[in-house]
Amino acid sequence: MIDAQLVMYDEDLKKILVVIEKLVRDANAKGIFLVDKNGQLIAEAGEMGGVDTTSLASLTAGNIAATGGLAKIIGEEEFPTHFHQGQRDNLHISIVAQRMILVVIFDDRSSLGLVRLRVKKAGSELGHLFDEIQKKSERAASGEGSPFAEITDDDIDNLFE
Amino acid sequence: MSFINYSSREINCKIVYYGPGLCGKTTNLQYIYGKTAPDAKGKMISLATETERTLFFDFLPLALGKIRGFRTRFHLYTVPGQVFYDASRKLILKGVDGVVFVADSQIERMEANLESLDNLKVNLQEQGYELERVPYVVQYNKRDLPNAAPLDEMRRLLNPSGVVDYEACATTGQGVFETLKAVAKGVLTDLKKMGK
Repeated sequence: MIDAQLVMYDEDLKKILVVIEKLVRDANAKGIFLVDKNGQLIAEAGEMGGVDTTSLASLTAGNIAATGGLAKIIGEEEFPTHFHQGQRDNLHISIVAQRMILVVIFDDRSSLGLVRLRVKKAGSELGHLFDEIQKKSERAASGEGSPFAEITDDDIDNLFE
Repeated sequence: MSFINYSSREINCKIVYYGPGLCGKTTNLQYIYGKTAPDAKGKMISLATETERTLFFDFLPLALGKIRGFRTRFHLYTVPGQVFYDASRKLILKGVDGVVFVADSQIERMEANLESLDNLKVNLQEQGYELERVPYVVQYNKRDLPNAAPLDEMRRLLNPSGVVDYEACATTGQGVFETLKAVAKGVLTDLKKMGK
């Protein structure tokens, strides 16, 4: 099945940010990134300024894709949560609403147990939000007012001048 | 699958460079990386083996400029070309918006080209795509080598449907940006059609 095009509006992003900013506080996390399975960064929150978010997003998606492939080999659908322990910082990665990846970075101010607990609740809220976004994207894909319907060949050519 | 973000006013698209092992996919990205202004590119990531063969993928984010107020960002990926990395290749094709097939012009690599092209078709089909319906460009790389096959022979074998194609030498950059522009244009034209 071809994934539908993903379209995100300002009001959707704001709703997502409310959830992940709360998660940063509740889980005592350093930073939170929401990435789609194709490697696009959707939203971020926390104190991780200066991190190369584009690389983080594409590598996270690659990681989830690779472990998802491994899961299928051993007869699992996918591995919905991953945990990577570092010397200072740790990564908790979980799949939300089948197509999004929630990355939580935390250090010893928090714990794996706390992160797990808070991610579970936030994950279900994000799941609902993404169902809405998905429906909106499908409507947008069916041609309701896409800004790109009006682009001309000249617009495209001008990009390459 | 492109991602349109109204909040940051960005369009994100994914382009995959496909082709047999050692055909020059990574070299294409390295050349683009080397010739692009620092503010228009992100960090290039290469997940490679110790002998610099692509293990999983190379990744290069590029910003091309604005279209109707939206920043266009292209994520370029390569696949690992070696035959036994097929599971990884399938994963990288997920959500692809445009494909470049990089063919190795050396006559002794023609069978590898054909095998890789068949593999591309099969793997796209598994994701629910048809090669004929995805923005697609063919690049005949390594035209500078003395053992390069004649162009019309390569066209006949690798591009029977006559999509846009370019002769290239990725190490010197000949044809590299032409290929990128053509596939990016195809992706944006597709986006325009989808919006209608």
